[in-house]
Formats: sequence, C-alpha cells, structure tokens
Amino acid sequence: MAKPTVREVLFNPVFNNNPIGLQILGICSALAVTSNLRTALVMSLALTMVTAFSNLSISAIRNQIPSSIRMIVQMVIIASLVIVVDQLLKAYAFSVSKQLSVFVGLIITNCIVMGRAEAFAMQNPPKLSFFDGIGNGLGYSVMLITLGVIRELFGAGKLMGHTILPTVNEGGWYIPNGLLLLPPSAFFLIGLAIWALRTWKTSQQEKPNFHITTHVRAEAY
Amino acid sequence: MAEKKETIGRTLTVALAVCLVCSVFVAGAAVSLKQTQQQNALLDKQRSILRIAGMLNDNATGAEVRKIFGEGITPRVVDLETGRFTDAENPRTFDPLKAAQDPSLSKILPASKDIASIHRLERYSIAYLVEKNGRIETLILPIRGYGLWSTLYGFIALKSDLKTVAGFGFYQHAETPGLGGEVDNPRWLSQWPGKQVYDDSGRLDVAVVKGGVDPSSPQAVHKVDAIAGATLTSRGVDNLVHFWLGPDGFGPFLQNLKKGDA
Repeated sequence: MAKPTVREVLFNPVFNNNPIGLQILGICSALAVTSNLRTALVMSLALTMVTAFSNLSISAIRNQIPSSIRMIVQMVIIASLVIVVDQLLKAYAFSVSKQLSVFVGLIITNCIVMGRAEAFAMQNPPKLSFFDGIGNGLGYSVMLITLGVIRELFGAGKLMGHTILPTVNEGGWYIPNGLLLLPPSAFFLIGLAIWALRTWKTSQQEKPNFHITTHVRAEAY
Repeated sequence: MAEKKETIGRTLTVALAVCLVCSVFVAGAAVSLKQTQQQNALLDKQRSILRIAGMLNDNATGAEVRKIFGEGITPRVVDLETGRFTDAENPRTFDPLKAAQDPSLSKILPASKDIASIHRLERYSIAYLVEKNGRIETLILPIRGYGLWSTLYGFIALKSDLKTVAGFGFYQHAETPGLGGEVDNPRWLSQWPGKQVYDDSGRLDVAVVKGGVDPSSPQAVHKVDAIAGATLTSRGVDNLVHFWLGPDGFGPFLQNLKKGDA
C-alpha cells in the first residue's frame, strides 16, 4: 500500500471516505446534538480535537503498546482527552457545555475516535496520524453542520439563535416542522445525505449482498 | 522485538505508565480549571434568577450580572416547616437541590402530597429578596416539578403584595423541543407577569387552563393559557406552581411574611 500523504488523509474523509456517510460511525451523537447549529459546531470542534490528539499520542507510543492491552490503552488515552475537553468547555463555554451535557462525555464511546486509533494511528507515524484525526473530524463536522443548519433553520426558524424565518409562535408566518427538532429527523437527513453522496460518488455504492433471482417456476395448476 | 513487547512485565509497565501520565494530565486540568468552572456555575444561576425576575436583558455581560445581583438581591434561607427565615444555613453557599438529596436535610414526600412529583422535599430553601427602603419589592422563589419526562427547574417572582406574579420561568428542563420545550417561549412566559396566584381571601388560586383565557372573565387574572401540544407539560407546570405556593411549599412562609412575622 502506498504511503498516504498529509493532503490525502486530511481531505479524503470529507467526502470520499466520510466517517458518517461511508463508515456509518458516530451516528448517536449526530442525532443528539444537531438540533441547533451552535451545539453542532462545538461538538464538531470537540470531536476533531479529541480524534487528532488521541491519534497523535497513540501513534507516538504505538511501538510500545503490547497488543494484548492495546484497546484498553487507547481507551485510557481517549477518555483522558475527553475529560480534559469537557473540563475546558465547562470553564470557557459554560452555556454550551450545559446543552451538550452528557454527549461530550460520550465522545469516549464515539466509534470514530476508537476506529481511527485502531485502524490508522496504530500503523502510521504521529504527524500523519494527527492529520488523519483532523481529517476525520472535518468529515464528521461537515455532516454535523449540514444537519445542524437544516434542523435549526426549518425546525425552529433560526440559525445560531438568530431568527431567520419568524415562526407563528413568535408572531411571524413560518410554521416550523417540529419533527426536525426530534432526534429521528436526523436519521432521515443522514439517510438522504448518504443517498446524495453515493449518487455523486458512485464508487461508494456497495454491492448488494444477494440478488433476488427471477421467478422461474411455472405456475402450479 | 515483537516477542519482547508481549511479556507480562512489559505489559504491566506500559499500562502503569499510561495510567500515570493520563491521571496527572486529567487531574491537572480538573484542578486548574475548577475555580473558573465554579464561577461559571454561580454566574449562570445568578443570570437565570435575574432573567426570570425580569431584571436583566438577555445579552448582559458577566460583570453586569454580578453587579446587579450583588447590589440588588439578598438571598435568605427559609425554613419550609416553620415558614420563617432562619440562620441555620449560609445563604451564599447553601444549595437546596443538594439538600433535597441529603436524608438529614430533607424528607420523603408522601404520594398524596407530592403533586409536583419531586419525591424528596428539603427542609430549608432559599428566597431571593429585592428590597427597597427596607420593604420587599420582589420576592423570588425557586420552584421545580415534573413535566412530561423531565423535572423543570425554575423561579417564580412575586411583587410586594406577595400575590402578583412579577416573573416566571425555567432555567433547566428536558421537555420535547417544539412542544413542551415551549415553556421557554417568551410569548408564553409573558402571560405570567400580572397574574395573581392568591385570591383576596388568601386562598391559592391559579391555574394553567386549556382553550384560552377569556380576558373579560373576572377569573382571568388567576388563569394562564396552556401550551398548545403540551398538555402534560402544562399540567406539570400547574402542579408545581400549586405545590410550591401551597401548604407544603412556600405557602406558610408567604402567609407569615404578609403578616410581617417571618
């Protein structure tokens, strides 16, 4: 396998190998924090930082980690980083951290972080791993921000808390789509986004697991 | 090399080293950021008290919040059993919500009295007083209760007659966004100021009602229109207001205060 370049690891995950769109990882938080753009942005930033630095530190000690405990070592490093990010948010972005509540802590179990540590950082040098973390964070962010914009704009008529479409409840004309504020709507939107992505990049389409054979039996009579 | 990596001694060393480095890292962050976090939590609470009492606009800075709160508001501990002020706890550090979890400072509410579904009631709570020339101008009381699927935490502010609402609102809840979450809608909340929670004889008389409030009815001043699409959240709000202004909540305290005997 040819050695990947920084450019590749940084930009491939955005559309070609999107963690949510193609790898279908990190769906839980993508449902939970995208009902408004502000939390989606902060969550994206937090996850990007955690993935980048966990990749960096795991890659730096990858030759020292015995394979029997490698998962646990990765977990310990990721968990420490997540706690630090959580503490930083509580100290410097209190109101957002209140809205994100448990979901910052749940970055620990976000499959993207663990997946990149295990799949990339264990085999590649630190610098490349760091950019791979940033790249995957970007891929996650693109999806989260898209969801956040659609859900907040059409679900509440706002963006970043500023009214764009004045809703009926506040004396305007726009009847908001309440479904968009509920987590299931993100499922539909992610599905639509994956559809769009795979129509654009046809190489991402999976081969069907099985084919339904044509009906050959003659009719019973 | 690969074989050497897998010995028990080596595994233990790596595990120990990683744990040590990580714990120093985490502990360092937690300790060095603690003060800022505590200030944030305090500021956030003061901001919600002032916002709900209508004493603050939304984008006031932290310094403004501290100034208005420090100059205008006196927190006093209230004994909910006797309905009088008490000095048993320090009002600046006492946390009624924490006390409600502490068996020595709270009691279990029997189901028949627990209309707000809060399960445990603290013995002491805090009232925030806005005083002018020695008279209470506004009284801000903490309230909480169960809505559809979350506990709503908020404040109710009463004017000097202790029955007219000056402000009402919640600072924390997890009701359905767009439905029960509309308890935060400023248009809905703006119905509250001016309503009267007690009638002329001092009887608790306030209700969140379905189907709109007829402004010409003499009862309109005791009624608030419920939130559309959020029957259970509205009912929860109704219940929690009744509980906290009733005989098990701040009711006795408000009566004593009116008599000038608190």
